[in-house]
Amino acid sequence: MTSITRRSLVKSAAAAGAIAGSGLTDWARAWAQASPFRPEQGAQISLLRWRRFVEAEDAQFNKMVAAFTQATGVRVNVSSESFDDVQPKASVAANTGTGPDLIWSLYSVPHLFPQKCLDVSDVADYLGKKYGGWVPLAEAYGKTGGKWISIPVAVNGGYINYRISMLKAAGFNEVPADTKGFLEMAKALKAKGTPVGFPLGRATGDGNAFAHWLLWSHGAAQVDEQEKITINSPETRAALTYAKQLYETFIPGTAAWNDSNNNRAFLSGEISLTANGISIYAAAKISQDAKQREIAADMDHAFWPTGPLGRPAEIQLAFPMFGMTYSRYPNACKAFMAFILEAEQYNPWLEAAEGYLTHMLNAYDSNPVWTRDPKARVFRESAKRSFPAGYKGPINEKAATAIADFIVVDLFANHCTGKEDVEGAIRLAERQLRRIYR
Amino acid sequence: MADAAIARSDARPAPGEPSAWQQLKVNRNWLGFWFMVPAMAFLVLFLVYPLGKGLWMSFTDARIGREGRFVGLENFEWLSDDSDFIRALIFTLVFTFFASAVKFAIGLYLALLLNNNLPFKAFIRSVVLIPFIVPTVLSAVAFWWIFDTQFSVITWGLVKLGILDRGSPINWLGDPFLAQCVVIFANIWRGIPFIAITLLAGLQTVSPSLYEAATLDGASKWQNFRYVTYPLLTPIIAVVMTFSVLFTFTDFQLIWAMTRGGPVNATHLMATLSYQRGILGGNLGEGAAIAISMVPFLLAAIMFSWFGLQRRKWQQGENND
Repeated sequence: MTSITRRSLVKSAAAAGAIAGSGLTDWARAWAQASPFRPEQGAQISLLRWRRFVEAEDAQFNKMVAAFTQATGVRVNVSSESFDDVQPKASVAANTGTGPDLIWSLYSVPHLFPQKCLDVSDVADYLGKKYGGWVPLAEAYGKTGGKWISIPVAVNGGYINYRISMLKAAGFNEVPADTKGFLEMAKALKAKGTPVGFPLGRATGDGNAFAHWLLWSHGAAQVDEQEKITINSPETRAALTYAKQLYETFIPGTAAWNDSNNNRAFLSGEISLTANGISIYAAAKISQDAKQREIAADMDHAFWPTGPLGRPAEIQLAFPMFGMTYSRYPNACKAFMAFILEAEQYNPWLEAAEGYLTHMLNAYDSNPVWTRDPKARVFRESAKRSFPAGYKGPINEKAATAIADFIVVDLFANHCTGKEDVEGAIRLAERQLRRIYR
Repeated sequence: MADAAIARSDARPAPGEPSAWQQLKVNRNWLGFWFMVPAMAFLVLFLVYPLGKGLWMSFTDARIGREGRFVGLENFEWLSDDSDFIRALIFTLVFTFFASAVKFAIGLYLALLLNNNLPFKAFIRSVVLIPFIVPTVLSAVAFWWIFDTQFSVITWGLVKLGILDRGSPINWLGDPFLAQCVVIFANIWRGIPFIAITLLAGLQTVSPSLYEAATLDGASKWQNFRYVTYPLLTPIIAVVMTFSVLFTFTDFQLIWAMTRGGPVNATHLMATLSYQRGILGGNLGEGAAIAISMVPFLLAAIMFSWFGLQRRKWQQGENND
């Protein structure tokens, strides 16, 4: 199929070594023969992905990449960028028309430039039919105007991480399931000298998760279904008032926290509770440091409490993958996306991620990662409990801009830090939303 | 006779008078122009075009991946009413003023010290350059750790010394005002070597005989500085400070690596706000408008240096105002 050079031989040999024993080589070859997605002759593609938080996930991902190369002869160059840097790189690539063929990004990034993304409806339909259908969130993130512009590979569930012993000391056996009880717990934890902490700074993942939960669980939303701005509402006021009370129980410094600060503070025992993916637990469990393994044994996860809205209202970090229209090898891009979501590839990867990634295809509910360790249990639900970014409005570039501009995070940060009163914080957010949703 | 002469010159150029094309090829004045063309093309391509494009974009609603429509001054009108932009503008001015002033004062002092005869002179001089050599991002990350609210080494030290309670850390980067002070401090730390070393180079050009003459006349140390060193140093001070102000005003890396403009947008400089709105938010037109708003200030700094340098007495240090 492709011309064989010394280099590609060496590379394939290395790849074969990497996946030897998994028995995947034969499967991958057979897949390439049978797959409806056939890469172009001599194709090679580059992929930009977010930088991993769980090492085993990355290692398994690279094995999949090697298996894909082995089966199809398509070389895949993988580079990674930290969460915050994927979007600017993707935006520049879309604007200049050069850059990676495939981008694996966060939230609604492809909706910033939908006309630059490959139409991957055929891949999505193929996978959906084969694996029990997509969850509604996947359709919300993957589709625009009736066609799929990205393949929502997974979401990263973010939930409450807490120290069992510290909660017990404060008189709680588990995290209360409602916002009212949650505030009482936070106050009790502060009184015990083991405060909670949620990021209110430029934390793309955890900051957005916290702020959107505050907003949505109180029944508020930035816009309604028709994109009418609804941020100026009694529900938002209630959310802000609640947030301020909660903020008073926080450890100092959270206004400057990014996505890694809460991990560090939790692992050093400075805080008793925060919101995060499973990465704190996964890293601590296998740490060389006995103290960290102790923390892993002493921690558990819980759902975000339900607020006045009366049902789960979470934002989970979606990871859509999309091809760029400027790519010379669109079919290779499609083949790659289909390949990694096949059960033979996806299942071991989901296991390796240890709950950091949650599937969006219903068939993967039965993956053993969700039953092996009861502490990972809550993360199985993250794709089903999450609202899409920009809720209640549609996901489009306006919703993507609102997330990228940290409008909801700043709404709460402005009020909690005392920079603005309730009305001032709402006015600022409303003003910005008006410009975005015009 | 005259008619005939005119008719002849109309028919063909007089011998020795080259044609227009030849004129372009051999005329010395044109030759100068031709020699300048590559440089001009270079400037147009890399300076005029991006600036022009930025200016144009600031009048459009361009978004990433999409050409914009012309919207006139809409972006600027929006910004004039945007409290974050106004805060960024004010903070940029305060940041530039404070950081430049302190950098100049310490830099000059350091240059005077280093100009003395010290043991290990060459070594110390190169050590002074370290903050300037270390990649900005690296030093910014170091500062980010030093001023982390939970893990600050300063807080830790103060706690160990018993000056501070264990339970009440200093909220360095979490408090808007403290965070602003911290980024100014980091910028000063980084900028001093540039000023110190450049001024040191200037000091070395001052002839020792001038000091000898002044000392013989009974000048004190201060008078030596005030009436000999300072006047001779003014031209170089003008250049150095122009550069320093430009660098400080357009600082980006330091802020971005340390605070990303947070907490609650308190440490945004115009450059970081422009990036936030233009690239991250996808609103290229608005980002360009913020960047263009920086131009008048930068222009003022350049004008200051230009006219400063044009003055003969500045260059020659004849008078000391």
